[in-house]
Amino acid sequence: MFNPQRIQQTIQATLPLAQVQVVDLVGDNNHFEVTVIAKEFEGKSMVAQHQMINEIFRPYLNSGELHALSLKTYTPQKWEQRNSI
Amino acid sequence: MSDIQNKLKEVIQNNNVVLFMKGTPQAPQCGFSARVVKILDSYQVPFQGIDVLADNNIREGVKQYSNWPTLPQLFVKGEFVGGCDIVSELHQNGELKDILAKVK
Repeated sequence: MFNPQRIQQTIQATLPLAQVQVVDLVGDNNHFEVTVIAKEFEGKSMVAQHQMINEIFRPYLNSGELHALSLKTYTPQKWEQRNSI
Repeated sequence: MSDIQNKLKEVIQNNNVVLFMKGTPQAPQCGFSARVVKILDSYQVPFQGIDVLADNNIREGVKQYSNWPTLPQLFVKGEFVGGCDIVSELHQNGELKDILAKVK
């Protein structure tokens, strides 16, 4: 079973310095909205950024242990811009 | 490459803006597809909508083509832009305007 903390740990196992925020959208530990801010995203398209995170969860998505992730990804720079608007 | 992959490639390369979606632009069958149609309409950009519910080979084939697990999927000038979450985000941060400016 996933919970927000395990989602965060799973991402940080691959991207140790990433900032991760997880919201359990409906409270069933199965539909999560995940926001990831990582330096590793720099220079990558948003599709490529999402692919990096989806790749981390692919085994769990394929097995059905995890239903779906709604993703938001930002480079540290984009995150700062977004929050200064 | 299989027939379906060749066919998809042809459609994606030969149309400026292609949206693979559930239902048609006039009658979307899924909230996420409807949201992307609404965003595209707001830019008044003509696009080719392809209903994946009409053909399961297309539905599965496009996921393979883009290596992306969900629908809808938006392609502009032959490039995969993203699904509903990404298109919404690019719409909000202004980048979609630049992407679609290429086809006007």
